[in-house]
Amino acid sequence: MKKLDTYADMRAVYADTLIEIAKDDDKVVVMDADLMAANGTKGFKDAYPDRMINAGVAEANMVGVAAGLASQGFIPFASTFGCFAARRAYDQFFLSANYAKQNVKLVGSDPGVTAQFNGGTHMPFCDITLMRVIPNLVVLDPCDTVSLHKLTKAIYEYKGPVYMRLHRKGATTIYKDDQEFEIGKGVVIKDGTDVTLIANGLVMVTEAIKAEKALAAEGISAAVIDMHTIKPLDEALVAEYAKKTGAIVTCENGQKIGGLGGAVSEYLSENMPTLMKRVAVDDVFGEVGTQDYLQERFGLTSEKIVEAAKSLVKK
Amino acid sequence: MEAEKRTFLEQKAKEIRVLTIDEVGYLGVGHIGGAMSVVDILTVLYYSKMNVDPKNPKMETRDKLVVSKGHSGPALYAVLADKGFFPKEWLHTLNHGGTNLPSHCDMNRTPGIDFTTGSLGQGSSAAMGIALADKMKGNDVNTYLIIGDGESQEGQIWEAAMFGAHYKLGNLIAFTDYNKMQIDGETADVMGIDDITTKWNGFGWHVQRIDGHNVVEIERAITNAQQVTERPSMIVCDTIKGKGFAPGEGKVGSHSMAFTYETAKEAIALLQGEK
Repeated sequence: MKKLDTYADMRAVYADTLIEIAKDDDKVVVMDADLMAANGTKGFKDAYPDRMINAGVAEANMVGVAAGLASQGFIPFASTFGCFAARRAYDQFFLSANYAKQNVKLVGSDPGVTAQFNGGTHMPFCDITLMRVIPNLVVLDPCDTVSLHKLTKAIYEYKGPVYMRLHRKGATTIYKDDQEFEIGKGVVIKDGTDVTLIANGLVMVTEAIKAEKALAAEGISAAVIDMHTIKPLDEALVAEYAKKTGAIVTCENGQKIGGLGGAVSEYLSENMPTLMKRVAVDDVFGEVGTQDYLQERFGLTSEKIVEAAKSLVKK
Repeated sequence: MEAEKRTFLEQKAKEIRVLTIDEVGYLGVGHIGGAMSVVDILTVLYYSKMNVDPKNPKMETRDKLVVSKGHSGPALYAVLADKGFFPKEWLHTLNHGGTNLPSHCDMNRTPGIDFTTGSLGQGSSAAMGIALADKMKGNDVNTYLIIGDGESQEGQIWEAAMFGAHYKLGNLIAFTDYNKMQIDGETADVMGIDDITTKWNGFGWHVQRIDGHNVVEIERAITNAQQVTERPSMIVCDTIKGKGFAPGEGKVGSHSMAFTYETAKEAIALLQGEK
């Protein structure tokens, strides 16, 4: 692989990581549904043409075939846009992969507002919520090149179904190469004492880091946590920072109902009620626009995070 | 097929029907119609064609079967019990809490089940994946798939059909249990699927149409399909829903039917009295 901070697109990190994994394991196969070029998996095809299975525009069948392959010991990584992964193939992923306990890795690209010009039909705000209710499923939203690379390796090592979001276009590198990642363990990017910003995914971890700086300028000490795994939730880390800062703001590029904020508030309300705000899409459908426009439109900005944080700290 | 083998398979099919009626009757309710219609197909597969080992149900080089119409589970359980995959006593636990034999096939509960099914259409894609896996590994074995006629209304069946033809899954042999009935009535009235052989032909499959209760025809059709290496095969089997269970035979209501154990015993006596 190239140095991780030199990648222009996250999808290329994903593809190159799969190529690296596949080199030592001939059971790794990659599937896509006519989006190989879009998702970067074309790169895998060039490296391992016999292990790239294009299912055509038939996502439900792709996930079912993946489950069948997994039942015979293969480890399929199947990708498509998040809207199709989460909705079009939901029953297949729910039953043939999860209920049947098959080792299928389903990757949904273009999370939330990053679907941009593809608009409301293609804008997955709902994927995390839908995936969270599948028993035992691991649900991830990595935020940068290093975490995507390491978490892709981690889900390969993990035996069982996984749903991972893939931010495909553009890239950012937040972490140093030696940062370790573990499924189910959040990462404290910045420590703080007044409020905790729990974010995930490239868009909202980026905004949370910006918000932390703005809050610091106003004398508010914010901790920033990258909660790359929504399920299983790192409850210990949530509890630690709820206790330490007494205020939590969750930041996610998706539906407010049942997502990261939902997971954190479910845990806290039962175990240690804590002041909270959720910065997320407020129960509406997506629409077309640039990412900047859409972030403003749906309130996924550092300003909104700052506003939420200050509303809690004041109390 | 020599007469001796034919007699053996026909006798075995009858035994499986008896076990299936007893199994469902003991519980008092179940998908007897769609179970009885696939018995002859299952019998030829498990007692003539498939290479499986009851002592080693996960044997790598076994032939595999996906019963995508998962509600036919009770007939398959009767076969697997008879083959020795698990004790026959299990058949009386069908659908009891904690059972290893649920209504719909579950690979994680029942030894010998190759894939979990129940939501119609899904087993078809899984079977494509299994056949592709064996092809990629170079295993010279077959994957068999049984789908229903009502199930053929699911779009996923046709997504999988395209996939099987595109990836030249010559090791996949499928059956349509064409009993012409589904829950809400006759298939032709609810949502017609004809001309079903033309449809499969159009999807690039090798297609045969046979009497799905004739063991000689089933055996011959499978043998023919095994010679086809570059295309998957569909064997459309004309069958009768509830075949061999007198109170439900040929009746739409046999899809899921409640009946007493007494009725089951009477039906079994009737079946065994037949020549």
